[in-house]
Amino acid sequence: MPKVTVDGVELEVPAGATVLQACELAGKEIPRFCYHERLSIAGNCRMCLVEVKPGPPKPQASCALPAAEGQEIRTDSPMVKKAREGVMEFLLINHPLDCPICDQGGECDLQDQSVAYGRGSSRYHEHKRAVTEKYMGPLIKTVMTRCIQCTRCVRFSEEIAGVDEIGALYRGENMQITTYLEKASTHELSANVIDLCPVGALTSRPYAFEARPWELKKTLSIDVSDAIGANIRIDSRGREALRILPRINDDVNEEWLSDKGRFQVDGLTRRRLDRPWIRRDGKLVAASWDEAFAAVAKVNPGKDIAVVAGDLVDCETMFAARALAGALGSSLLEGRQTGLSYDCSNLAAVNFNSTLSGIETADVVLIVGSHVRWEAPLVNSRLRKAAKAGAKFFVVGPEWETTYPATFLGNDLAVLDKLPKDAADALKGAARPALILGGAGLGKGALGACLALADKYKLVREDWNGFNVLHMAASRMGGLMLGYAQPGGIADLAAAKPKLVLALGADEVDFTKFADSIVVYIGHHGDKGAHAADIILPAAAFSEKPGTYVNAEGRVQRSDKAVFAPGDAREDWTILRALADALGVSVGFDSFEALRSAMAAAVPALGREGLADYGALPKAAKAKSEGVIDAYPIKDFYLTNPIARASATMQRCSAELLHGEAFAEAAE
Amino acid sequence: MALADKDRIFTNLYGYQPWNLKAAQARGDWDDTKALLARGQDAIIDEMKASGLRGRGGAGFPTGMKWSFMPKESKDGRPSFLVINADESEPGSCKDREIIRHDPHKLIEGALVAGFAIRARAAYIYIRGEYIREAETLSAAVQEAYAAKLLGKNACGSGYDFDVFVHRGAGAYICGEETAMIESLEGKKGQPRLKPPFPAGAGLYGCPTTVNNVESIAVAPTILRRGAAWFSSFGRDNNKGTKLFQISGHVDKPCVVEESMSIPFRELIEKHCGGIRGGWDNLLAVIPGGSSVPLVPAAQIMDAPMDFDGLREVGSGLGTAAVIVMDKSTDIVRAISRLSHFYMHESCGQCTPCREGTGWMYRVMERLRTGDADVSEIDMLWDVTKQVEGHTICALGDAAAWPIQGLIRHFRPEIERRIAENVREAAE
Repeated sequence: MPKVTVDGVELEVPAGATVLQACELAGKEIPRFCYHERLSIAGNCRMCLVEVKPGPPKPQASCALPAAEGQEIRTDSPMVKKAREGVMEFLLINHPLDCPICDQGGECDLQDQSVAYGRGSSRYHEHKRAVTEKYMGPLIKTVMTRCIQCTRCVRFSEEIAGVDEIGALYRGENMQITTYLEKASTHELSANVIDLCPVGALTSRPYAFEARPWELKKTLSIDVSDAIGANIRIDSRGREALRILPRINDDVNEEWLSDKGRFQVDGLTRRRLDRPWIRRDGKLVAASWDEAFAAVAKVNPGKDIAVVAGDLVDCETMFAARALAGALGSSLLEGRQTGLSYDCSNLAAVNFNSTLSGIETADVVLIVGSHVRWEAPLVNSRLRKAAKAGAKFFVVGPEWETTYPATFLGNDLAVLDKLPKDAADALKGAARPALILGGAGLGKGALGACLALADKYKLVREDWNGFNVLHMAASRMGGLMLGYAQPGGIADLAAAKPKLVLALGADEVDFTKFADSIVVYIGHHGDKGAHAADIILPAAAFSEKPGTYVNAEGRVQRSDKAVFAPGDAREDWTILRALADALGVSVGFDSFEALRSAMAAAVPALGREGLADYGALPKAAKAKSEGVIDAYPIKDFYLTNPIARASATMQRCSAELLHGEAFAEAAE
Repeated sequence: MALADKDRIFTNLYGYQPWNLKAAQARGDWDDTKALLARGQDAIIDEMKASGLRGRGGAGFPTGMKWSFMPKESKDGRPSFLVINADESEPGSCKDREIIRHDPHKLIEGALVAGFAIRARAAYIYIRGEYIREAETLSAAVQEAYAAKLLGKNACGSGYDFDVFVHRGAGAYICGEETAMIESLEGKKGQPRLKPPFPAGAGLYGCPTTVNNVESIAVAPTILRRGAAWFSSFGRDNNKGTKLFQISGHVDKPCVVEESMSIPFRELIEKHCGGIRGGWDNLLAVIPGGSSVPLVPAAQIMDAPMDFDGLREVGSGLGTAAVIVMDKSTDIVRAISRLSHFYMHESCGQCTPCREGTGWMYRVMERLRTGDADVSEIDMLWDVTKQVEGHTICALGDAAAWPIQGLIRHFRPEIERRIAENVREAAE
């Protein structure tokens, strides 16, 4: 613990801290552009210069200098002030004065810091440098003349994303940041460089010229595009959510967000269900709420009702539907729309037990039937961190492009009974061995075999639980906690031949199995579920209602309502409450607060934010692993849910990045 | 007190004899190198320290001390490396080229001795890309040494295994900076690294590395053979030994010559270069150490001793001892402006002050050259050079700033005259 003095204040800093961190601990703001907590230190912007004694009689880059015992650091001396002014002036001489038409305006590090640390006026009378635009794909808009060559984007793509997509060409004042041959950036986390860019060089293409940051209402929310529950902020103006940005949460998403979570936002305003519909003579006809409720009442299902929850549904909706079905005398609830039927009697066996931040510390990881990059890009970046710390990876399933060295063990699940020697030895010798079982593995019934492996290789030990199931649906863990799981999966529902099926945003279900049932769809997009429905009750998307979500690691998180649902659409719980009246039963709540406390009373873990405790893993039974994983469940990363499928941005990403379609750029 | 022929280290500097191994051995190279190595690492480093040899690449860091920073044993299995800087790109410098093309075995033997002293596994000679024939000669010489079992397994029968690799650069001046050279050797873009960590801790491929100039390495075997006392008998205190001076510009006979350190400038020119073109009264200024050191006006340089300390006293530096002599026919502002262009062209673009500042400085210099400027811009330019100097990752920023500072310090009236004339012309 070295002791240093910052501007006359003595303090102790953690061993290994840099001078910049020491200054921050002392409460001094150090301006910076290239330095970022989650990236390697480049030390190239020179904005963080401070005076350090002992040392050479010149200012030192504080981001790269280790704090050492007895250092005297000055952040307020004339030398430091002059150095900052000098660097600021250099950064600005070739930076265009186009703030009025720059999307970064109002949230620009360069703007803020030039006000705080710059000179009043320019002394540069030569011509400014101009740089041609670079094409970086459908998500990232570039204005490279604004680039200050901080290389944050280069370091992000190399270090976090693990793909060498972005780099620097040429040297000196001609240095340019670009993608190789101006190829589109294809990584699932690529758009995080927009947040990292301290200036307006890399901005959001879909959001270009949409709004100014000070016009926006900022709402804290949870991403539903995958099961990670990334913490997000929804920026909205009026009734429209305009953009989604990640929030910092080191336990969940650090400060990254997948491209889908970020850019499916335009899907929230397209293909929306904004009024009730009733199917008459095979055709959907617009109706009023009263007519719709009357139509449901006419079905009068009694206890012949089943509920299917979709992937994006919040816990409150699922609880309200459960209460309704319960009041009618049914417990036919299911959330695994595609027919999965793994055993859910012990939730610890279907949870991501290592936790998202914990998986970084694993030293050997066996992935069974999971395309992690597509199923959970934010887990993949954690796995890459583990790989950088020396972890070894083995994958069972079809090959996909990992961003770290991994050994593929083939598609046949039988390999689990008899792992190849290198994998078995690695797992045996590991201090923190981990297993990740994904959707494709669950689909082939590998859960039992994986639990047996957990036993065999002692994945659970003191301070470490290496058994993980990686889900893909934001509603999955919450649904399982609320009992949305039948022993035989959705087949049990079909076999019960219910008179009425309540589909809560369920768009992945094969509704031909319910041909004899009346399907009431409560959801927000005119997607597959709505097409199969007999009665459509328009509801709110995740951005339009407060809600509780449980992510893959069992973390209970709450999100707020950013905007109102469009047209006649209502929040889901109010629809279910009204349905109870229509069907003549009582669900026991009349307000959202009452609903939440009823839910907390029924499932206490849902009443507390934070990690839910599912207890210990079940004792492994003898299980044989068989079957071949021929494909992963996600066929198209950009189009996995009804919001994304409605999003023009996601459609273009899918067409251009996955299917190689060329898009002509409009002449500017 | 000029250097006698018997005391010259580079006896084939002008290529009057062949460069090959046989001729080199006749000149005394590779003479019982085994015995040199048998003295042991510590003895060699001590001898080098005692010789007072300061690095010949420009910064003048004591070579023996640099070698002593290397780890004595590898605690984690990492090997050590020697990197030899033959990326001689400083305008005015041409000494390493002469060594490599006419006396390559001095360098290769030095590589073995130095590599042995710092316990290196191998030496990488990073040679400037434009030195095509030199790289051919050097590679051939290395092959000769391997064939004669002077390198490789059990080099010279000493029991020490040592390899020498020749790596050609791609023509970037910045790769002469030691950490940029390491990056380039690793196959990356040649950009200097942040220090710390210093190369002696984590250099090439993250392993302990010493980077030395060609001349520093090439003189090492001779120093060990003839003794530290002999080497330190030349030059003033703290500036010992002999040195290759490269005199170019307005002298009658430009040349590369080995001379004793601390030789007065006047003697160096008179003895080896046939005097200044047009006589000593015609001398305008001298850049004594390669393009990156400030110029020194005639009056101050004439009797200055040519060594590290002597030139520092006149506000400049010895650098690589590339003496650029300019007589009164020189357009001094244009000369310095051309150097500014060089630094703008060679800036790697990594850190802000150098990337943006070198271009700015060059453009203002160009306007000062034509007089299309305001007198206040001279002070602004001075200020800009001060904003670059000392604010960058490597020394290229300093190197770009110093020539301009030297110009403004000594020739401000000349710049002001141009501005005044330009204004007058414009008025007419």
